[in-house]
Amino acid sequence: MHRDVKDIAKQMRVDIIEMLAAAGSGHPGGSLSACDILAVLYFEKMNVDPSNPEDPDRDRLVLAKGHAAPALYAALAEKGFFPRKDLITLRKSSSYLQGHPNMNIIPGVDMSTGSLGQGLSVANGMALAGRLDARDYYVYCVMGDGEIQEGQVWEAAMSAAHYGLDHLIAFVDHNHLQIDGNNDEVMTVNPIEDKFRAFGWHVLTIDGHDYDAISDAVETAKATKGKPTLIVAETVKGKGVSFMENQVGWHGVAPNAEQAEKALAELRA
Amino acid sequence: MNSATREAFGKALAKVGATNPDIVSLDADLSCTTKSAIFAKAFPDRFFNMGIAEADLMATAAGLATCGKIPFASTFAVFATCRALDQIRNSICYPMLNVKVVGTHAGPSCGEDGGSHQAVEDIAIMRSLPHMVVVVPADDVEAEKVVAAAAEYIGPMYLRFARLASPTVHDEDYDFDLFRGEVMRDGNGVAIIACGMMVPRALDAAEQLAAEGINARVVNMHTIKPIDEDLVEACARECGKIVTIEEASYVGGLGSAVCEVVAERCPVPVKRIGMPDIFGKSGPGAELLDEFGLSAEHIIEVVKSF
Ligand SMILES: Cc1ncc(C[n+]2csc(CCOP(=O)(O)OP(=O)(O)O)c2C)c(N)n1
Ligand SMILES: [Mg+2]
Repeated sequence: MHRDVKDIAKQMRVDIIEMLAAAGSGHPGGSLSACDILAVLYFEKMNVDPSNPEDPDRDRLVLAKGHAAPALYAALAEKGFFPRKDLITLRKSSSYLQGHPNMNIIPGVDMSTGSLGQGLSVANGMALAGRLDARDYYVYCVMGDGEIQEGQVWEAAMSAAHYGLDHLIAFVDHNHLQIDGNNDEVMTVNPIEDKFRAFGWHVLTIDGHDYDAISDAVETAKATKGKPTLIVAETVKGKGVSFMENQVGWHGVAPNAEQAEKALAELRA
Repeated sequence: MNSATREAFGKALAKVGATNPDIVSLDADLSCTTKSAIFAKAFPDRFFNMGIAEADLMATAAGLATCGKIPFASTFAVFATCRALDQIRNSICYPMLNVKVVGTHAGPSCGEDGGSHQAVEDIAIMRSLPHMVVVVPADDVEAEKVVAAAAEYIGPMYLRFARLASPTVHDEDYDFDLFRGEVMRDGNGVAIIACGMMVPRALDAAEQLAAEGINARVVNMHTIKPIDEDLVEACARECGKIVTIEEASYVGGLGSAVCEVVAERCPVPVKRIGMPDIFGKSGPGAELLDEFGLSAEHIIEVVKSF
């Protein structure tokens, strides 16, 4: 049923590995874990049009965990916001494809991110603007599970609930890892669901690699009125590349040529 | 007349809000005293109290700006520029979003609340951010014009307002130009370049100096970034020496900005008056200004010390 999205997500993973290998730096783990979420959002859910990227009625996405930029760029290129051939220029001084999303120079990027913890507030602002203008767009925000250690996330969690932002749909890419190790070893974030519920959110937990589950959760979120929805997506960091899966070491290191070849062989199989 | 610039800000925001429906206001539980409450009362649907959460305040404003709103995000200057600096940097200036960061109660004239509340570093910090425009109006009349200009200008801005009432030195029909400093008194013996409520003090000092035969030029440099370089150069060329005065640290603010231009374009002696790399303290604002040397008397002393 979700054949298209499945194929697209597969292509996105290939793109991510090729981009990172060509760049020689970047973040494979969190790009691969967020891939399926972004694929469903951009190819099944979001009302966005590459020929009219500034449409005020479009849905918006804030990639709060900006280091997963390769996954976002892969989706945007596939969607047609810019040429696919540009992807391999990622992180080069001659390229517009910055290491972290830049809304001013990259078509389709709704907000510049990179400093973790700010994206949810920005998404709230977008949702408030939509309400002021009586527009019906949805604002998606994708956060990391380590990212939610930032105090500002909880400020924003409070204000999204306070203002009853039901056109805000946030994800936590719950891959259980950050840079220095397992989330709860570094700084306990669990139970994420209870915390957001206590803040006044509608909370769902799903398998973040199950296309139907992601899709259904978004529909449930849209049907929920008067409060924001958080979708805790249980994911695997490095998903799709066997030697990267659940390996903290693959957070912020690019594969070398040999590793990339191996990864691509697995992904294309 | 003779009211605090924060008061003028609140009234002006409500005024521009009446004609421009894109203007929105956000505050962090200080609207009663930053005076954004005046806007809130007039336009409750376009006002958002974010609670005591300055980081969220700035980044929410950024989100509103991405959708075409013109947010004025207000709180005390010290919290706006220090607590929420990363948000101003990464969510407002880096993406060049049209957010007006409003810092009130700036400088020692903030008074009794003491050093924890008196921003002395805000001008320097904001000035160092790419894309940021930094404005410090001299009085209530100018503050109103600054708010109107901020609503028109597209891009990040830092507006610095004071808690303490101060003398009005402008006529209502004063022709304000955001990017041009204002020569308020001509002279060529020395140039006194001031901003904020130091402008009336500079005018006072010039008056007294005139009685002693020293002809001081007084410049109101309301916009510290981008600074009116041509005017600074003209002051250096035509007056030969410059005194700067600001109600902020003399590290990195107006004085530093003037020195940078003078050093590059027309080197002449410059003396900076400001908070001498110290924090403020409790006391009545007006008294503190005098105690910290932010006074006409001190300007006169410095002018004579060249
Ligand atoms: C404010 C801030 N502090 C630190 C960093 C450096 N940093 C980049 S990624 C990362 C770990 C993020 O972990 P998580 O949110 O779990 O992301 P994921 O596992 O999805 O990659 C850190 C600390 C940053 N980008 N921003
Ligand atoms: Mg993680």
